[in-house]
Amino acid sequence: MAVAIRNGTKVWQRRDRKAQFATWGVYLVGAAIFIYCWNLISDKTIWAFVLDAPTQAADLGARMVPPDWGSIHGLWRPIWDTLNIATMGTVIAVILAVPVAYCAARNTTPSVTFVRPLALFVIVSSRSINSLIWALMLVTIIGPGVLAGILSIALRSIGFCAKLLYEAIEEIDESQVEAVRATGASGAQVTAYGIVPQVLPAFAGISVFRWDINIRESTVLGLVGAGGIGLPLNAAITTLAWTQVSLILLIIIATVVVSEWVSAKVRHAII
Amino acid sequence: MSIAATSPRRWKKPPMIQRAWLRWSLALGAAIYLALALGTTEVNWTRVWEGLPRGVKFFSAFFPPDFVSRWSEIAEGIEESLWMTVISTVIGIALSIPVGIGAAKNIAPAPVYYFCRGILAVSRSFQEVILAIFFVKLFGFGPFAGCVTLAFATIGFYGKLLAEDIEDMDPGQAEAVRATGAGWLQWINYGVQPQVMPRMIGLGLYRFDINFRESAVVGIVGGGGIGATLNTAFDRYEFDSAAAILLVIIAIVMVVEYSSGYLRRWVQ
Repeated sequence: MAVAIRNGTKVWQRRDRKAQFATWGVYLVGAAIFIYCWNLISDKTIWAFVLDAPTQAADLGARMVPPDWGSIHGLWRPIWDTLNIATMGTVIAVILAVPVAYCAARNTTPSVTFVRPLALFVIVSSRSINSLIWALMLVTIIGPGVLAGILSIALRSIGFCAKLLYEAIEEIDESQVEAVRATGASGAQVTAYGIVPQVLPAFAGISVFRWDINIRESTVLGLVGAGGIGLPLNAAITTLAWTQVSLILLIIIATVVVSEWVSAKVRHAII
Repeated sequence: MSIAATSPRRWKKPPMIQRAWLRWSLALGAAIYLALALGTTEVNWTRVWEGLPRGVKFFSAFFPPDFVSRWSEIAEGIEESLWMTVISTVIGIALSIPVGIGAAKNIAPAPVYYFCRGILAVSRSFQEVILAIFFVKLFGFGPFAGCVTLAFATIGFYGKLLAEDIEDMDPGQAEAVRATGAGWLQWINYGVQPQVMPRMIGLGLYRFDINFRESAVVGIVGGGGIGATLNTAFDRYEFDSAAAILLVIIAIVMVVEYSSGYLRRWVQ
């Protein structure tokens, strides 16, 4: 415990002298980096526009109320498409993530030196590239539409699902696997009866969790032409139809809140 | 001694969902949904078919990617993304601390609790790109709008996890600090903060990682950073430059992920 002597009496301190200096040093370096970055950003900013923002926000807010409830009839289809993009994308991702996770987990991979790094690279590259960027690529390749959206959600989610799944596989109880193997089970039987039952709850939880995230992600894919509620949103913004924009935003909030609630319920039931 | 004659029973794997009606209705519902979804999804297969050679061209652009011809733009975009990430992570975490404390049920009074939970819900509902569209409109094109977007998104993520962590803390320690006669700030600083700190440092690094990845997309709608460069590359069909940008992003994410994992182990 760190103690300072002040006027001859011992006083409790949280850190001793050296740790205190080290902490201040870290703060100093952090603050310097922050100020340096701030300067660079500030140079690229037109401050007149930023100072103008409150007026702009008030103006925009006034234009957005009341939401244009009449236009909701044209929105059912995009909402359905959004749900489909998220759900089917998740389904494809989950199916593809299983073999990747199997190859990436240290205790199940066929080869630690060759297959595992490859699987890890697949996971990292799928995770680093946002679904919107995947959509941007796929729209130029296979054309605009729902299919591009589904595939981009799937490609983005493989990494996420596989990462969580392979961590779950690595954390299983080896003794159960050992017990199944001791009965003379083959490799596939060991996987089916020793490993799968242990990771199945985690697997279901991961899928639902990712589905919930994907609902949110699929709301924007339309901005680059990949279908869903983003298409009418983009159209409303470009035509400055702000009352429609506010309606779409309300729908997005409602969808996300509902999907989050469903996902929390399901995960609660599983675990 | 006679053994009751029971017919030999075969062992069956227990199903994951115990109630049979629930299991069957879930399966039926899933089948109906899949049929409906597949039936209503419009896919223009001729367009897909025409696009395949372009896809092949795109993937062959990765061998080799063209780092050279647009290198100055790529370097500038990446630098800008990194500054944006630093600024937005710092500001976002700083702002999410009061919101997160306010959203913890065991610390905050009810009105504050609901207000802060409302902020978190709004921030978490909207994808970064939607927020970016509005902030670009308010603050003008450029990295500042991107920073505000990422900082706002950080509040939702970090504030929620901070609130949950505070709700899960050990009340005994906080009680002990309060019993010494500590004021509210001292109570937070010595009773609550040490309990949540190790996990929150790790999450801060994780959020840094997320913000860098997201900074690549806010640029698509005008929020500055590498996204703008990437979007231009796609619009010009310069797939080799786009491949180079994607590889740079992947490399930086890997570096950040490894170093943050290392830092987290060192902190804890």
